[in-house]
Amino acid sequence: MTDRQGFFDLSKKGITRRTALKGLVATGSGLVAPGFVRYSQAQSSAPIKIGFQCHRTGIGAAYGRWYEKTTNAAIKLINDAGGINGRQVEIVIEDDGTDAGRGAEVVGKFANQHKTDIVYGTLFSNVVIGSAPTAGELKIPYYVVSEGYHVASGKLNRYCLQPGITDVRAQVTSVAPWIAANAGKKVTMVFPDYAFGYDHRDYLPPALKNAGAEVVAQIAIPPTESSFTKYFPQIPAETDVIYHVMVGPAVLTFVKELGEFYGSNGPKLFGFIDSLEAVDVNSPGLEYLNGSHFWEGAPRYAQADDSDAMKAYRAAVGIDDNGASTSDANDVSTAAHMFGCWETLYVIKKAMEDSGYKGPEDRAKLIEATEALTEFAEGPEHPQGKKVFNGKIHQVFGSQNISKLEGGKLTVVHKTSIEDGQYEPEADYTTQAL
Amino acid sequence: MMEGSSPAKAYLLHVAVIALLFVLNFILPAYHHGLLARILVLATFAMGYNLLFGYVGLLSLGHAMFFAAGLYGAGLGVHHFGLSVPVAFMAALACGAVLSLVIGLLALRTSGVAFMIVTMMFAQVLALAILYFAPLTGGDQGLVLQQQERVVHLGDTVLDLTNPTARYMVALVLFSIVLLLTLAVVRSRFGRVLIAVRENEERTRMLGYDTFANKLAAVVISGVICAAAGGAYALLFGYVGANFASVQYSILPLLWVLLGGAATTLGPLIGTLFMYYIVDITSGYTSAYLLIVGIALILLVLFFPKGILGTLRQRWVRWLP
Repeated sequence: MTDRQGFFDLSKKGITRRTALKGLVATGSGLVAPGFVRYSQAQSSAPIKIGFQCHRTGIGAAYGRWYEKTTNAAIKLINDAGGINGRQVEIVIEDDGTDAGRGAEVVGKFANQHKTDIVYGTLFSNVVIGSAPTAGELKIPYYVVSEGYHVASGKLNRYCLQPGITDVRAQVTSVAPWIAANAGKKVTMVFPDYAFGYDHRDYLPPALKNAGAEVVAQIAIPPTESSFTKYFPQIPAETDVIYHVMVGPAVLTFVKELGEFYGSNGPKLFGFIDSLEAVDVNSPGLEYLNGSHFWEGAPRYAQADDSDAMKAYRAAVGIDDNGASTSDANDVSTAAHMFGCWETLYVIKKAMEDSGYKGPEDRAKLIEATEALTEFAEGPEHPQGKKVFNGKIHQVFGSQNISKLEGGKLTVVHKTSIEDGQYEPEADYTTQAL
Repeated sequence: MMEGSSPAKAYLLHVAVIALLFVLNFILPAYHHGLLARILVLATFAMGYNLLFGYVGLLSLGHAMFFAAGLYGAGLGVHHFGLSVPVAFMAALACGAVLSLVIGLLALRTSGVAFMIVTMMFAQVLALAILYFAPLTGGDQGLVLQQQERVVHLGDTVLDLTNPTARYMVALVLFSIVLLLTLAVVRSRFGRVLIAVRENEERTRMLGYDTFANKLAAVVISGVICAAAGGAYALLFGYVGANFASVQYSILPLLWVLLGGAATTLGPLIGTLFMYYIVDITSGYTSAYLLIVGIALILLVLFFPKGILGTLRQRWVRWLP
């Protein structure tokens, strides 16, 4: 066969020996260093790429694992239904190690190397706050599922949004009337002496006061503490209810020592389930919690009145009636929070469809389209319930569940209204330039 | 170490490294460009650590406090008092100088394992103080420095530190100054006294040197360099967080220096680069990347017992500073 086109003729003008060598070197470099390859701009038929900043390792790993399962389940449904704007959705995962410094690098990696359209899925507040400046500088929409008050407070930037889970301030505010009416009027707070605890410390007292109750003592426990008995004498004798938000492995010791301190005559207990996410409530040492009440974003245990949407969501994610994995009954989920991933992805889908999103050049339009959203109806896309979105503070508000631990299960006894948790916005991101 | 070394060769090498880093600004893809800016700042932190650990032989487990002193010195100055970027950076240096002087005066009363423990305890005190004064420091969540706060006005010239090129260049200038300063220090008479202290403190004292004063000077220089890195980190990347004061950030510079080669001027850069990229690349393939990192570190210790540049110098490139 002759070489009529001269493809193999190195003497042909345009393909010199030097050019060929350059090409070989460039190709070789590309092969051995995949990280350096410049990714081509997404084509109209190419998948929409969502960068998932995941806590695969570090202190948030238990949450990260379930956030990943929920994300995969939602994306499968979205893709099976035709994707977003006729394009399939691809999730690109990077582990941030639950570290604020690494989080910022990961956001840069999504924007500049993976060329994702947006970044999504972060839970831990320090990672969100550490990553926010990078997201703002790179002008890449950053949808977090963190529940921290940091987004709504206005201290981040216009590219940071939290449209899938209610923030702690609203959660605390919405459960206060129920505590005052049902648990007791005199409340002692026990909380970790760092920022997560401070949202509770700052926002529960005024909410209780409005409901006719009062905080009689606030006990901040240092994060390094491993024994709690010495703090219990600080709990006033008049206390009707202990409001506890202990987080991390210390919660087991905390509960055990509290039980030993009070025996059967202690005040009532109201806690945030955050401390027991991914932990079996029937674990040895937690017996003292029996009969107490908890806040839950979404119920861990299947409820008698679960909607079809909630049943479908639980089946899709793969959790059984006890909130554990359908493939491993000992693998307890983070049900109270992870629904936020599901709902956030559907908000992203809606905003991308509303803005006619085509690629990174439409990121500003995507932010504006998200800000224009106001309500999300309860249904398959929002199984936890109806939501109201405030575009000025980039924060969503939903109902909260108060559950009683009884017979080894958590049963919802009260559902707050959305209005219970809403507060006067203190910021307006829409005034910032895009 | 310096026997038979050639000053011209050493300075040429360092200038070549700086030139290479300058050229990389124009050719690196955006992600690696941003990552390298971060690495340059953290390599500066490691160089500060190396000065004390590598050349004086003082193993501190609390250097995160100096980095955090700069980070918060600059960050709080901008956030609460509206300081301009240059003034905030000077505040970072001042915080590092005062803290390292006080810590040096107290911790240098000990040596060996006791020095490690005392420095670690002081660092813990600072880390817990940051959490305790959360209304001021932002506690464990930290503080964000807004984009408009990270702009330098020099007459009519505006330097926006959120601009990737400006950020890279500022990081490179800081790194270059500290690299050349380190080289000058270790080649100076003062540097030789520090090495003498490391090799045999008793003999150095017997020769008439005030070893305490020399060690204190080394702690302060090291602390100020680390604080400069911390201040630059806050101003360049806009985040001030308590995690940078944690024990992890005291261990990391030790690891970077050991990997790159303790008592080599370029070792901290090599070690920081290596650790950053091995984590960055392996985490893209598996969530068990720390296992791979661990294996790589074991292999390095086996085949490069004095770190990458330390072993190179021992075996092949004797003149390497």
